Amino acid sequence: MGLGAAMADGFVTTRLDSVINWARKNSLWPMPMGISCCAIEMMATASPRFDISRFGSEVMRFTPRQCDVMIVAGTVTYKMAKVVRKIYDQMPEPKWVISMGACASSGGMFRSYSVVQGIDQFMPVDVYVAGCPPRPENLLRALLELQSQVSEERPLGDFLRGEKIFVPEEGPVERISTPS
Amino acid sequence: MNQTILDKLNAFAPGTVIESNEFRGDLTVIVPAAEIVRICRFLHDDPDLAFTLLVDLCGVDRYTPEGRFEVVYNLYSMKNRQYLRLKLRLEADHPKVQTVTGVWSGANWHERETFDMYGVVFEGHPDLRRMFMPEEYEHFPLRKDYPLMGIPDAIPLPRK
Repeated sequence: MGLGAAMADGFVTTRLDSVINWARKNSLWPMPMGISCCAIEMMATASPRFDISRFGSEVMRFTPRQCDVMIVAGTVTYKMAKVVRKIYDQMPEPKWVISMGACASSGGMFRSYSVVQGIDQFMPVDVYVAGCPPRPENLLRALLELQSQVSEERPLGDFLRGEKIFVPEEGPVERISTPS
Repeated sequence: MNQTILDKLNAFAPGTVIESNEFRGDLTVIVPAAEIVRICRFLHDDPDLAFTLLVDLCGVDRYTPEGRFEVVYNLYSMKNRQYLRLKLRLEADHPKVQTVTGVWSGANWHERETFDMYGVVFEGHPDLRRMFMPEEYEHFPLRKDYPLMGIPDAIPLPRK
């Protein structure tokens, strides 16, 4: 059964979008942006017990050039925000972001002058993960959620309609206020 | 031992001990700010006292009309297994005090941190840059009149 039966006549028909999405969502290479204790759980997610490679994401690359999804795991201070953003900017399109844990998503327990109250103030986020830190299962659930998001994208359709896939962002650094 | 320290300080120069108290065997002495380097040099060099280790140096914002800022020096004498805490008080406007990096070079980063958090200027410090906050930052976060969530727009974020 399975693929053999489906390809009995030697071919299948599908949309190119589906093929691209199928390839993309099953090989989401993470950029492990581990900046505090959430990183320990992220490492556990890669371990054999939880085994992130079941979902095609075992290739943790420590260079942004080879990554698809940035897992921001930890407390992002204002000083670190510039670094996180710079690494994100260095990742090639298409790219996604998982905001792992309470600190990255909302500042968490660090309601303070030095911690950014949520990384969505300076970069786009696709999936938020609750927890302090989240269990590895929770991170895997976020990865599955991201996979379902990726499978609904229309990469080729957008391209054929003439929409720009990537718009380079330039200009001066913008000041964003701290929530009071 | 604590009485010996007080006697030695009083013999060193009159008026060195502005105030002193003892809590569970730990001696705290408030000293004049202008004399801090001489006093530290004496405590460090005196062969009987030998406070050769600066355990910690930190600041306090007491938020009082007079003597608002306090700089605290925690000393330890390995020879006598003895702690000593020195304090000095500074006024709210432009608090400044001589550096003790000449006595204990370990004071370098502690004074930078105190400068970063309270704005106390250590005169003669070899490298008085901010320790934690961005270098272009203009405020002092651990002052009591600084809001908990910081000053809006004080630290730029990358644009989205």
